[in-house]
Amino acid sequence: MDAILLQILNGLDKGGAYALIALGLTLIFGTLGVVNFAHGALFMLGAFCAVTVNKAITLSAKVRDESVTFFEAYKDVPYLEMWLGETGSLIINWSIPISLLVAIPVMLGIGLAMERGLIRHFYKRPHADQILVTFGLAIVLQEIIKAFYGANPIPQTAPDFFSGTVNLGALIGMDLTYPTWRLVYFIFSMGIIAAVFSFLQFTTFGMVVRAGMADRETVQLLGINITKRFSTVFGIAAVVSGLAGLMYTPILPPDYHMGMDFLVLSFVVVVVGGMGSLPGAVAAGFLLGILQSLASMTEVKEIFPGIDQIIIYLIAMIVLLVRPRGLMGRKGVMED
Amino acid sequence: MSNILEISGVNLSFGGLKALDDVNLTVKAGTVHAIIGPNGAGKSTLLNNIIGKLSPDTGSIMFNGQSMLGVQPHQINQLGISRVFQTPEIYTDLTLLENMMIPLLAHRDGAFKLNLWSRGDQQADILEKAHHFLDDVNLWEKRDAIAGSLSRGDKRRLELAMCLSQEPKLLLLDEPTAGMARADTNNTIDLLKTIAGRGLTMAIIEHDMHVVFSLAERISVLAQGHVIVEGLPEEIKGDPRVKEAYLGGAEV
Amino acid sequence: MAKSTVTPRSDLTLFLGFTLVVLAMPIWLQPFGAAYPDLMQKFAIFGLFAIGFNILFGQTGYLSFGHAAFIGVGSYATVWVFKLMTMNVIPAIIFGTLVAGIFSLVIGFICLRRTGIYFSILTLALAQMSYNLAYSVLTPITQGETGLQLSTKDMRLLDGAVADGAGIPPTNFFGIEMGAWDGLFGFYFCAFFLIVGFYISIRITRSSFGSMLRGIKTNQTRMMYTGLNTRPYKLAAFVISGMYAGLAGCLMAAVDPLAGAERMQWTASGEVVLMTILGGIGTLVGPVIGAAVIKYAENIFSAIDKSVLVDLFSFLPDTLGTFIASVVSLFVGKGWHLTLGLLFMLVVIFLPGGIMEGVDRIKRRFFVKSRADSAE
Repeated sequence: MDAILLQILNGLDKGGAYALIALGLTLIFGTLGVVNFAHGALFMLGAFCAVTVNKAITLSAKVRDESVTFFEAYKDVPYLEMWLGETGSLIINWSIPISLLVAIPVMLGIGLAMERGLIRHFYKRPHADQILVTFGLAIVLQEIIKAFYGANPIPQTAPDFFSGTVNLGALIGMDLTYPTWRLVYFIFSMGIIAAVFSFLQFTTFGMVVRAGMADRETVQLLGINITKRFSTVFGIAAVVSGLAGLMYTPILPPDYHMGMDFLVLSFVVVVVGGMGSLPGAVAAGFLLGILQSLASMTEVKEIFPGIDQIIIYLIAMIVLLVRPRGLMGRKGVMED
Repeated sequence: MSNILEISGVNLSFGGLKALDDVNLTVKAGTVHAIIGPNGAGKSTLLNNIIGKLSPDTGSIMFNGQSMLGVQPHQINQLGISRVFQTPEIYTDLTLLENMMIPLLAHRDGAFKLNLWSRGDQQADILEKAHHFLDDVNLWEKRDAIAGSLSRGDKRRLELAMCLSQEPKLLLLDEPTAGMARADTNNTIDLLKTIAGRGLTMAIIEHDMHVVFSLAERISVLAQGHVIVEGLPEEIKGDPRVKEAYLGGAEV
Repeated sequence: MAKSTVTPRSDLTLFLGFTLVVLAMPIWLQPFGAAYPDLMQKFAIFGLFAIGFNILFGQTGYLSFGHAAFIGVGSYATVWVFKLMTMNVIPAIIFGTLVAGIFSLVIGFICLRRTGIYFSILTLALAQMSYNLAYSVLTPITQGETGLQLSTKDMRLLDGAVADGAGIPPTNFFGIEMGAWDGLFGFYFCAFFLIVGFYISIRITRSSFGSMLRGIKTNQTRMMYTGLNTRPYKLAAFVISGMYAGLAGCLMAAVDPLAGAERMQWTASGEVVLMTILGGIGTLVGPVIGAAVIKYAENIFSAIDKSVLVDLFSFLPDTLGTFIASVVSLFVGKGWHLTLGLLFMLVVIFLPGGIMEGVDRIKRRFFVKSRADSAE
């Protein structure tokens, strides 16, 4: 029982990542009618915001290592530590939360640039063209990252404050030790999801976007220029996806192709949840994250070898065969 | 004369909205039957039920004595019901000739035939029929044009030719003259009259009363999803209930 | 598409011209430095792959992002026949293509329940699943990361055991080794399949079945209310294109007897999409041209490394030369994929009809010009 509960918890952080990417995909898809194959690349770019900020604040100088007395040894000491001492070390230690502040404007900028520079010109083109051009963009983005950061994963560490584990079971008398950062990630993703939903629910802008998702033609008839709001929606989706990637770096060392790996799974999440349904995307994200986590238990793998590799796809197939519109899909959305 | 289409007690709601309310309608073989009524009366919804795009909540639709409920749209067509849509459904990227070949092949070979080898443009029987039906609508000269480049009226005529080429037993027409200039409308009326003269049964939805009274032998008036009157054109003309329905509706 | 100028005779001319060009590759590719068997085999194999892909994407309008999976399946099946039965390539190719056909029947049955974007996503997901499986549970069949290779200990029931100390016997066509004629035999062997595949694709395009596929691409609603059951047509197109891909995979294994999961990756699926659109979606020769151009460019670009570039720009002042060289080096060598991605975007943005459309445009410009000239 404890083991199962623990696996469910383990699925939450991955589920959170899926949910956040799927949320962005659905937003873009619902309002702009574009399937963004470069959305995974945004997740990856967010992760590399963290890498870049970390690199920047740990810029180091070679300093004589006084602790070695036998020969002349040198060690790298970050400038920040030299200038600010303890405070500098603290800043470096908190590089991931700090990079959030950098990533928000950066991702917003990238999102806006993408929409204005490229996606906008494809609204009237066939869906196949939209898929193809964003697919090409995804390749370009990940190859650029590869050219600058190499092909190997670059591990990132969470602040010491969040390192180690917490025992979530203490209250109910069970032993559920859970890595603190994963808990942070789960809470973070819930926070973002709540923010996006309340933005859509309680602001005029959000209302127009929701109406646009339901029926774009009507909104246009009402004289509301929905196209103007598209780039903002795209920017928001880019930020959501980027932050999801950034916060994920302590859990999975980022590399250039992580975006595509997550994108494929997020697509499946969207299909399972129901194309065009925001709650569907979130629910399916967590559901599949948890199922994937459960499937990787050794007890399960002994019965169904390799199930952890394919569980998500299997679920997707079953859902599509039984409920072709997905769990919460609406009739008539992207059916032709 | 026998009844080719019998619709009885058909109900259909979308959510709380009642689109069709106990619809009863019979089309006699060899007649032109017009279905008129104000906008939103459920005329197109009714056609969608006949061709299997929608299925009624309750009631029955019988075609030549056979129930159409639960029958796949392509099977319904194979049984002999063709439909001309309000906005022409044609193959806009293909030539007129190829547009004709597809329904002709469907009529000859059935719903599916894996014919990978024989050239489509070398089959004499198909070409001959394509010629015949395109000639009927005066489009043979344009056979090598791409269908998407045709004028609106020509597109409608092409779709009509495609449907006629299948030699249907029942032809459903959804506002065949909507958006046409007067001259074009008269041409279409003449064409439909010729076809009706050959004994083809037609059910036609139309707003243009000139078209309706030129063609129809029987008329059903639909209002708010219900057939309020059915009868001969002369009877319908004078019926106060029809006026009431139109005046009460959105448009005259 | 089907213009009045298309007749059985014009198709025959097209086919004969194509055959001639392919067979004469070792001659006319000399000045391009591409006339060596390894590369020409790639032209033939990927050309075949793209032709098959075009039947699904170009004609039927279904954009699959998972066709590399069929390449992988074909390759694995072929190598297994080499291991268990015989090094003769014919049984292996027949078996491999059939297995790929059955596999595509299953995948197609599932994916074709949806259209448009859903379909693309599903094919991508299922191919990715196959790739994951090949790396994990199916390791006994696929040998996972090392890839499936031949060994001297293989059974080879029909060929008999290998004599002690002898190496692995080469793949052959009834005794003629694939490497015979300085490797040219391998090329002509693949070229044969390319030519046959091209002929079949002409026939399919012109057949009634081809008309149905184009009908599905243009207007499925009309198809349905014209009494046509579109699903078996789509499935047939999917399986045909899957078998083309499988055959391409078989040929890869026939000329170089090993199979690895990386052939199934999404990048490989994306590559064939690019080949098809670069050459010209829905055209007959376009996909083959696209495949050849990309494989040729890959060959040239990925061979260039920084030192070559520094030499190339040595005529410039030192710092400027090094700077340009390092910028260009992002796009060549290991950075070839960046060029590929950019090419992808540029083609989709500026030339959605691919090279064939470009040729058409140029032709039209000249034609119109010369007419205008003569009118003066």
